[in-house]
Amino acid sequence: MSDAGSNAPVLTNDGVPLKVSLQRALRREKLRAFLLIAPLLIFILITFVLPIADMLFRSVENGIVADTIPQTIKSLSDWDPSTGELPGEPTYAALHADLSVAVKSKTHTRLGSRLNYEISGASSLFRKTGRRIKKMDEGNYKEQFLKADKKWGDIAYWRVIRQFGARYTAGYFLNAVDAENTGDGVQFRPEDEQIYLFLFGRTMFLSVSITVSCLLLGYPIAFLLANIKVRTSNLLMILVLLPFWTSLLVRTSAWKVLLQQQGVINDFLVWTGLISDAGRLVMINNQTGTIIAMTHILLPFMILPLFSVMKTISPSYVRAAKSMGANDWTAFWRIYFPQSIPGIGAGAILVFILSIGFYITPELVGGTSGIFISNRIAYHISSSLNWGLAAALGVMLLAMVMVLFYVYDKIVGIDNVKLG
Amino acid sequence: MASSPATEEAFVRFTKVQKSYDGENLVVKDLNLDIAKGEFLTMLGPSGSGKTTCLMMLAGFEPATNGEIYLGDRSINHVPPHKRGIGMVFQNYALFPHMTVAENLAFPLQVRNVGKAETETKVQRALEMVELGEFGSRRPAQLSGGQQQRVAVARALVFEPDLVLMDEPLGALDKQLREQMQYEIKHIHENLGVTVVYVTHDQTEALTMSDRVAVFNDGVIQQLSSPESLYEDPQNSFVAQFIGENNKLNGEVTKITKDTCVVKTNDGTVLKADKVNVDAVGDRTTISLRPERVELDPPKKMDNMLNGKIEELIYLGDHIRVRMTVAGNSEFIAKVRNRGEKRDLVEGETAKIGWSTSDCKALDLAS
Repeated sequence: MSDAGSNAPVLTNDGVPLKVSLQRALRREKLRAFLLIAPLLIFILITFVLPIADMLFRSVENGIVADTIPQTIKSLSDWDPSTGELPGEPTYAALHADLSVAVKSKTHTRLGSRLNYEISGASSLFRKTGRRIKKMDEGNYKEQFLKADKKWGDIAYWRVIRQFGARYTAGYFLNAVDAENTGDGVQFRPEDEQIYLFLFGRTMFLSVSITVSCLLLGYPIAFLLANIKVRTSNLLMILVLLPFWTSLLVRTSAWKVLLQQQGVINDFLVWTGLISDAGRLVMINNQTGTIIAMTHILLPFMILPLFSVMKTISPSYVRAAKSMGANDWTAFWRIYFPQSIPGIGAGAILVFILSIGFYITPELVGGTSGIFISNRIAYHISSSLNWGLAAALGVMLLAMVMVLFYVYDKIVGIDNVKLG
Repeated sequence: MASSPATEEAFVRFTKVQKSYDGENLVVKDLNLDIAKGEFLTMLGPSGSGKTTCLMMLAGFEPATNGEIYLGDRSINHVPPHKRGIGMVFQNYALFPHMTVAENLAFPLQVRNVGKAETETKVQRALEMVELGEFGSRRPAQLSGGQQQRVAVARALVFEPDLVLMDEPLGALDKQLREQMQYEIKHIHENLGVTVVYVTHDQTEALTMSDRVAVFNDGVIQQLSSPESLYEDPQNSFVAQFIGENNKLNGEVTKITKDTCVVKTNDGTVLKADKVNVDAVGDRTTISLRPERVELDPPKKMDNMLNGKIEELIYLGDHIRVRMTVAGNSEFIAKVRNRGEKRDLVEGETAKIGWSTSDCKALDLAS
């Protein structure tokens, strides 16, 4: 277009730089495209992204202590717990002033529950003190507080209050990895109190097991579907998709009926004499139950990407391999299988990520040994109401998935994933 | 096979082969075909004529419903494809996308447990044969269509099979490249002396490359002969119609002499033609005549002389196509060579035309 290799921008007939003109021409189209997605974008932003961001923020947010007893926190800042001495009278006076305000707005109980996550007894301490606070006389607060509850003379409580006086805390995250800050550095909890790391490990292990069994069961089916007549494969595909048309709850409950000790499968095995009546297999309320039920539920997510990738592998590749002297197995393993890897990648990622955050099925058939980290998160959200810890666990789960994505991208390559 | 001396030279032999997919219709009906060693044989025909099915039966990807296929002196009906040792070039090349060009070529050698050093030498030699010596480390997707085609040919030949099958290998290329590749494949065949069975629906391809052409239609070989006799002496009206351009004149046989016959066309014109596919007086027949054999304003007397009305003139550079109405057929084409001299051809006027008896063939009635 442009004469010579000059650096001057290419101009249109009217003297406007070509790039500017092009952008102007495309602006309308871009605006139109944006307006088309705008409703969905706003919907997702308001109902999904913002609540999740808020929720995740709770994993570090800790405003309640500083908001409820600001003067106490301030006066505690020049108290050194390592001396082993209780804070002085001014701190108790500040606490009295803070709690007087807090009791009026009844926020002291919430503060109590919050601190109770860190040290047990804090909840009752604040409730009890709250009832006495109005009756306290002016002056000599330390004595009166100690009289109201002798825990005020325990340095451990003061240490916790001081430690969590900051607006942001890593406490939830430490908790989520079974560690705590005892005042002299971060330490892991004793072995018998550890739970979350173990649960994360189990979640990973079960998710990998489920992904592998989905792959082993799904690959032959997808292969069959991709290599038979379209009419038959359509029919079989409906059978594969059939589980999608029944509720997840119904399917999981069906497994309960099948797998329990007085259930169909055990009855059948006893009837055939393969196992004795006393030796009925325990297949539910444990890891076996979780793996079986979740493999069944997630199988279509493995089959569909595999099928759509296999569908694109022309049969002439295998034929070509055979014409060159490869037997059936070599032709499959060296020619067909490598070309189906993008489908395996897509299916495995899909199944793994779905299963790592699965909740209902482990809850119903997992018993105690088959539950996932998500069940623990749900417990903290709805039962213990420790949302901060739930959020921290959620952030860690999210980070884990991201790391796995990254590793997968490094090893297999993310553009090797094909969903069809 | 040694028991039947007539087939001693046949390298590939189909005897009474039939093929049906649904048990109701025959795709290949009673195929008998001998292919000599070193021959370039083309199976030519419209789609659905059974030519590809024949190739697939030979390669072993489709079982013959009935009859025997021999390779050398053994029946290969029950030999699986990977033990037949037949090289094959596929319609869309079927180059393995996850391997480099060199790996593609090495594959047939690896499955034969050829040593590493020997494999490398053979791969390089095969690549050089198709002038792609520098392309070994590329992926198939990084090559142009013509280059992929060459790799496919090299891959089919690298393990030195005696027989190579090609299933419309040039179908995906543009016209110019296709013509170039035709010559290249022909030369490779001549240099290596390998037997080639080639399937195509493109008659130019078939005529350019083959020693013999088998014209398929409706599951039957209509004619099996050299390209030249296919064009010059079509045995029936399908072959005449399918190969090259052709004028059709329908009529009835009124008189038969030894090699010629007299035909009265539907509008009463009487013509003399070679007797090819007519048996008796009174038979309905289609006369076939190549457009370039028609003389306009013949300078001397010819066997067949008549008048035609010029309907349309199409200038094509090297020749002029004259569409005219002759003996009631308004689609009659005459090709007039462009010799530079002025011809007073005017649309709507009547012109004298003529041709000799040996140029027109009385064949079976075209459908």
